[in-house]
Amino acid sequence: MCKMQESASTMVEGYLSLENIILRSIEEEHDELSCPQKEETSCSEKEELIDIATLVQSNCSKVPYYDLHIIYSASYRVPVLFFRAYYGDGEPLGFNEIEKDLPAHSAKALLDSKWMFITQEEHPYLNRPWFKLHPCGTSEWMKLLFHVDVSVAKNGVTVELYLLSWLSVVGQVVGLRIPLEMLNQQ
Amino acid sequence: MMEARKYVWEGAIPLQIHLHESEVTTLPPPLPALILAPRIGYLPLLVPHIKPHFSSTLPPGIDTVWFDYKGLPLKWYIPTGILFDLLCAEPERPWNLTVHFRGYPGNILIPCEGEDSVKWSFINSLKEAAYIINGNCKSVMNMSQPDQVELWRSVINAGNLEAYIRVSSKLKLGTVGDEYAADLYSSSLNSRQSIGDTDSTGQVKTGRVPIRLYVWSVNEDFDDLEDAPQIDSWDKISYINRPVEIHGEEGKCFTLLDAVKSLLPEYFPYKSLNNEESSREEDKDEEKVPSENLSEHVESCYSSDDAEVKLVRIQGIEPKLEIPFSWVVNNLVNPEHFLHLCVCLKLPQVKIPSDT
Repeated sequence: MCKMQESASTMVEGYLSLENIILRSIEEEHDELSCPQKEETSCSEKEELIDIATLVQSNCSKVPYYDLHIIYSASYRVPVLFFRAYYGDGEPLGFNEIEKDLPAHSAKALLDSKWMFITQEEHPYLNRPWFKLHPCGTSEWMKLLFHVDVSVAKNGVTVELYLLSWLSVVGQVVGLRIPLEMLNQQ
Repeated sequence: MMEARKYVWEGAIPLQIHLHESEVTTLPPPLPALILAPRIGYLPLLVPHIKPHFSSTLPPGIDTVWFDYKGLPLKWYIPTGILFDLLCAEPERPWNLTVHFRGYPGNILIPCEGEDSVKWSFINSLKEAAYIINGNCKSVMNMSQPDQVELWRSVINAGNLEAYIRVSSKLKLGTVGDEYAADLYSSSLNSRQSIGDTDSTGQVKTGRVPIRLYVWSVNEDFDDLEDAPQIDSWDKISYINRPVEIHGEEGKCFTLLDAVKSLLPEYFPYKSLNNEESSREEDKDEEKVPSENLSEHVESCYSSDDAEVKLVRIQGIEPKLEIPFSWVVNNLVNPEHFLHLCVCLKLPQVKIPSDT
């Protein structure tokens, strides 16, 4: 069940957030998340504040919930993924527990490749420790992703498409999967 | 010119460190530890000097050290001098802090494992600064091991500016050059280097300056810093980690105030470079205000109740806001090449116009 709330676009810096989601089912199968169809229009250079609240029923108390925030780094000029995980009773997961919870194959491959690092850092807005996933050379591999697309060469790429493509790579580490329909819509 | 950097490098704050009462197991309780903390240093680095003072009275257990000021847990990765400038509106000498060896508030502070954590945080910031200035982190990533060791040692010892300059100059993090900065460090450059020029190594500078801005806002004016409201939560401080792009305008100096305003566009939306009433009016014309009545209305709303930068504190000093920003960057920057600015902002008072 997916409930989406859209808030008004503002010119103040914010971040994209996806909260209270379960990324893995009880049977440890792939969990496909139904994402909202369309994001807020007229994205500017700065991120907008969009709250996407997703409620998922679960019978298992030990399934972790994740909060994901996409925050723009003005220094590196790329998006960065901040996340945290907690159990149904609110108890937070530590780094080791999160590592165990990450989907084995894709996460391991990406982290071993030394392209992506998970560190514990302070959330830039919330003054609390979160986990940060930061890929090296984001701008380089994002260029590679778009290199083959002729329409991109002509028209450039919208912020929505950029973020979806970025998330399709980065999200694999935490097990967030973007439905193909979303990418095909653009 | 070197003098300014030397003063900054050697700046220190006298601390009086009290052990938290819950961790005192002996009578009489231990006296507070007195220590001179380098401004450019970090609190966890002081622990080896503080711990012997208290070790005989600590309860059994593993140390997880953290500090608080008047109950506010202190973020250990912020240099000591900045914590002091930010949290003590009226400087307190000595600065009274409380140290804890137990009960680390892991829900508020990121973990700290002593010197290694601080060093990691420092190098990370240095990489970020390199990326901002040069467009890549290569110079930092390619540092030799001995250079890394020497760089870090020069920072934690805080006495050895020469050693620091020797190593850090290899990083080509250069200095900002415009005709307002007396610039002794850039070698074979013209006296006027514009943004985007290659320097002597052929590296293109981005013209961006690494800044960390800490803003605390007040609603009312206060004459005396002692009357300034106490910061009792980090939520009262806006932390802005965003580079400044120096806009060179012919003949006009890009000042410290210009830089601060460029980082707070929600409060200072005008493009003008100075703080004069006249330039604001210029901009209003450009905004195509349709009717004359409306423009008068607009004028009455934008009176002196705009947001106001009340205070900018850098390395413990409050420079005149008209000072050339390039000078500030070249002389007041921290060893990881970030300029940390503590700003007190008076918020705009919203006036309800009487003619609506």
